[in-house]
Amino acid sequence: MYVAVKGGERAIEHAHDWLAQARRGDMAVPDLGVAQIREQLALAVDRVMAEGSLHDPDLAALALKQARGDVIEAVFLIRAFRTTLPRFGASVPVDTGDMQIIRRISATFKDAPGGQVLGPTFDYTHRLLDFDLADGVAPPPAPEAAASPDPVPHILSHLGEEGLMQPEPAGDAENAQDVPDLTRAPLEFPASRPLRLQALTRADEGFLLSLAYSTQRGYGRNHAFVGELRIGHVRVAAHMPELGFDIEFADILVTECETVNQFQGSKSEPAQFTRGYGLVFGQSERKAISMALVDRALRARELGEDMGDAPAQDEEFVLSHCDNIQSSGFLEHIKLPHYVDFQAELELIRKLRRDAGAVREAAQ
Amino acid sequence: MTAYNFAYLDEATKRMLRRAILKAVAIPGYQVPFSSREMPMPYGWGTGGVQVTAACLVPEDTLKVIDQGADDTTNAVSIRKFFQRVADVAVTERTAQASIIQTRHRIPETPLIAGQILVFQVPIPEPLRFLEPREVETRVMHALEDYGLMQVRLYEDIARHGEIARAYAYPVRVEGRYIMDPSPIPKFDNPKLNNSPALQLFGAGRECRIYALPPFTRVESLDFDDYPFSATKAAGQSCALCGSTVSYLDEVITDDAGGRMFVCSDTDYCAARVAAGSTEDAA
Repeated sequence: MYVAVKGGERAIEHAHDWLAQARRGDMAVPDLGVAQIREQLALAVDRVMAEGSLHDPDLAALALKQARGDVIEAVFLIRAFRTTLPRFGASVPVDTGDMQIIRRISATFKDAPGGQVLGPTFDYTHRLLDFDLADGVAPPPAPEAAASPDPVPHILSHLGEEGLMQPEPAGDAENAQDVPDLTRAPLEFPASRPLRLQALTRADEGFLLSLAYSTQRGYGRNHAFVGELRIGHVRVAAHMPELGFDIEFADILVTECETVNQFQGSKSEPAQFTRGYGLVFGQSERKAISMALVDRALRARELGEDMGDAPAQDEEFVLSHCDNIQSSGFLEHIKLPHYVDFQAELELIRKLRRDAGAVREAAQ
Repeated sequence: MTAYNFAYLDEATKRMLRRAILKAVAIPGYQVPFSSREMPMPYGWGTGGVQVTAACLVPEDTLKVIDQGADDTTNAVSIRKFFQRVADVAVTERTAQASIIQTRHRIPETPLIAGQILVFQVPIPEPLRFLEPREVETRVMHALEDYGLMQVRLYEDIARHGEIARAYAYPVRVEGRYIMDPSPIPKFDNPKLNNSPALQLFGAGRECRIYALPPFTRVESLDFDDYPFSATKAAGQSCALCGSTVSYLDEVITDDAGGRMFVCSDTDYCAARVAAGSTEDAA
């Protein structure tokens, strides 16, 4: 009796119905609101926005709800939505020096203008399950201080003034439209640093974390200090050529990390500190630090460092494999039918075994 | 569904795709980089083919979608439904009636005719990829026509196994120039690539590459003079449903005592033969 895959269409529809029901779970438990996800699972929302390359907390929360909390699936939903949006242009470069800080720390200086602000961090919490949370006990109000009106300059700028920090090429606000766009041009190698950073900021957090960790353990070691980690709100503006001035259109939360790395110097350049850079949507400091370490590792060639076989220093390896929508799609495609190829392999291996058997018999 | 443009992609994206397709047609077998879009189905599930199909579709088209030769495999159903939804085009399971056929892993048994477009879904477009993982290197190898590594690889197969041990995605040479991956079709289908009256387009979404075989292009499967290429399939078997001995066959396990049967992988070809009452051999 031949029972192949007839009825695929109906099976798909029924599977989707089942999925919808499973997503909702027990109907006796209240439905989860998108606003609840946005407010109470904010770090998951931030991760979906960062890897989805779309800053929209409500859509990210909706995607998380639809994806049953599967972050990569939610990122995929956001990416598939984002790809249909027209691109009007580019914003002028965001000024992170002008950030409204909610957290700012430096591991290289005990204090600096603007001070250290711990902010809402898990650091120094004891990872003990809080059973009160299960009962929905509201937290006590957090004490508040008046916001400081003083500017909070980048800490590494103080090193830059002394010439100890390798300067970066100045941002070019006039030509913001010329910044490469990974979503509008195929990735080709060698990639420029702006393009690499663009790929890293939407890269899978777990992949970047592991790569960054590998540099710390000696695979492309470049010993990083966290010069500064800052989280806060920045203004996003676009230049309007018809009007001749910039218009602010958004205020977004971002995490920025600048690492200070040793550089021995070379024949042409005196010893200097160099920088790894990470900038990520939302409060995503694990990702931002990882990004900075990997960015710095990928500068090995530019800085004339010894290139071993360290994966984190290999631009083509890192950029080709860092996107979780590409990697999960291709990984999971192997569950699609492959009967035809497998049949061809089956015939080949049977034939090779027959031929080998005939040779053995002839030899005996 | 009015929220999306005809065939899902916006016109600017289609224009970019059509330019890439035209370039690919102009340089047969050459992999043209294009800025692949995220599609509402996962990478690796035919996004390249879907983008190429979307760029080629016009409202008058009749679309056929197959996976493993069959119209009713789940992913073929999904892609066909997608285009019904976003382009509202006519669909068919009949090879002869389709103007565009999107396929994964097979070329239909029914010979294609002039005016038809066959769109292949491609997972890894680079035939040299498993010899040299770096794109920077393989692009230079293609540019210099430096294909010695591939010849050595095929030779090593013969030295080790007595034949070229490639059953699918068997590399071809296009018009005596570029070595091309024909996508993971069984090598049984390779001869159908050669001199086809239809336009054959290949889309690799995740890898951002499009390549093409214009109609009547010379396509040769790589081989050696003393080890000529041969298209193989299940030896000595015929289809249990339609009796064909010349079509590509899938093996189906029918019980837990080692029982198995062979049936055509091309369901349209098989069903048409059954409907015509044929259980005899067919050409």
